[in-house]
Amino acid sequence: MHPAFSVVFLTTLIGTGQGLFLALFSAQAYSELNLLPSMSDTSFFGMGSVLALVFLVTGLIASVFHLGHPERAWRAASQWRTSWLSREVIALPFMMLMIFIYGVMHLFGLDAVIYSDTSGNHFSYSLIVAGSLAMVAAFILFICTGMIYACIKFLQEWATPLTVINYALFGLASGFTCAAGFSSFYNAPELTKFFAIWAVVLTVVVLVTRLASLYRNSRIKHKSSMKTAIGVRHNQIQQKSMGMQGGSYNTREYFHGKTAAFIKSVKYIFLVLVFPLPVILLIAGLGTADTMLLVAAFVVQFIGLIFERWFFFAQANHPQNLYYQTV
Amino acid sequence: MTQLALVIDLNVCVGCHACVTSCKEWNTSGPAGAMSDDNPYDKDPTGTFFNRVQTYEIGTFPKTETLHFPKSCLHCEDAPCVPVCPTGASYKREEDGIVLVNYDKCIGCKYCSWACPYGAREFDEHQKVMKKCTLCVDRIYDESLPENERKPACVMSCPTSARLFGDVHDSESEVSIAIRENAGYQLMPEWGTNPSNHYLPRRKTKLHYHEDELQRADNPLNKEHSVDPVDAPTLDDSTSW
Repeated sequence: MHPAFSVVFLTTLIGTGQGLFLALFSAQAYSELNLLPSMSDTSFFGMGSVLALVFLVTGLIASVFHLGHPERAWRAASQWRTSWLSREVIALPFMMLMIFIYGVMHLFGLDAVIYSDTSGNHFSYSLIVAGSLAMVAAFILFICTGMIYACIKFLQEWATPLTVINYALFGLASGFTCAAGFSSFYNAPELTKFFAIWAVVLTVVVLVTRLASLYRNSRIKHKSSMKTAIGVRHNQIQQKSMGMQGGSYNTREYFHGKTAAFIKSVKYIFLVLVFPLPVILLIAGLGTADTMLLVAAFVVQFIGLIFERWFFFAQANHPQNLYYQTV
Repeated sequence: MTQLALVIDLNVCVGCHACVTSCKEWNTSGPAGAMSDDNPYDKDPTGTFFNRVQTYEIGTFPKTETLHFPKSCLHCEDAPCVPVCPTGASYKREEDGIVLVNYDKCIGCKYCSWACPYGAREFDEHQKVMKKCTLCVDRIYDESLPENERKPACVMSCPTSARLFGDVHDSESEVSIAIRENAGYQLMPEWGTNPSNHYLPRRKTKLHYHEDELQRADNPLNKEHSVDPVDAPTLDDSTSW
């Protein structure tokens, strides 16, 4: 496929936004259960939500550039019974609204404790109401985003549960890395440690699942061939004319138009930028308590994710390309 | 239930592109607006088409054969492009099975074109909506046309009658009989899309001669030399009555 930068940025940015919110949510849940010290600066979760919303809104703006008629985008919520894209269009704004409410509750002191017990465990409204709904929506959104690609069965590189798993884990990993950098500005070493360790764990887990999908795709057997495409049983079928002279939508949309060496280099770039470098920077940042190293870990990983997403799109081989071989 | 479709006879198609130009002419002049072109008389001409004729060479020289292959939307019975549409702009008509795009609802997200394994949909870069073959839905029901002209423009224009049009769910229709009797097949059956359009394969007309058909048994030139050896057993020799 031809990777569209609008979709590359949409998927990476909203993934990070979702992951960042889930990092904040889990930190709040941990601290309310007394597993982490509670945050002294009350603006942390509020400002964190603002940062998550910045990622989500930027992603949404990027997606607008993908549409021919963005003014009709509201219609895209109508076919949620059949279309994963439509489900995403519902889940994303709902999650953003919940994160907004969650952030407002924290920023403007509208939070209150629902329940507490004698040992100091407590639950607040922000966590149980807005936070939980946003958390559920974030996971549903990961599934929607992944399924948009995984449900097209003839795009065999995408049609695997690994697609959904990778979308979710990449979002979580980059979100937790972002949270580690963000929390270190608040001088909360316990929280930074919590985020950074989970960021390392998630990055290692997604390395395993991404390598699994790379391995799967490297030995994929395509079901369609020239024989099934035009229905002629012969091993030697050569296209002489595509039916047009100067190219068409079919020759532009489904081809990345790059050399095999270029694709391979993108793969190695993302394998370095997404996995080992951020892990080294996170561990170094944690050891030296250097905010800039933690922020650098996130920036490096996010740039790597843009390469990863570009590669994800470029690697998919659409069967319609069989009809357009003389590009 | 009716399922209108085309049956394309690859044995007859000569690759003249009359269906391509006729399709473009009819549909670019239709109520849905022009099918835009860019640089039509310049370098790298490009534009939106519903129908293309491609050419393939089968085999290696000197044992080769040229195949002209018209390609348009196959109006699949299980069209994978329809359920993925987030707005409902892509739909399959209940009454005749034609897959259509409502250009007023389409947001131009291109997801349906990704979900079509045949690459039958083309994005109009000027109207910013997805376009595809309509099976000339604005023609086939037009009662102001004489009845024999209520066919898609490509079918009307084909000089060799390589394109048939009709209801593939009606067993006695011209198209069903053609599919049944001439080994009509579907493209990429492996994806379960169940395309309504069928293709009829290349069929070789061959005469099979048997050795003895080349030798006239009653050739008068051979009459005088008896082919039977004199001492061959007679019927009486080999039969015991």
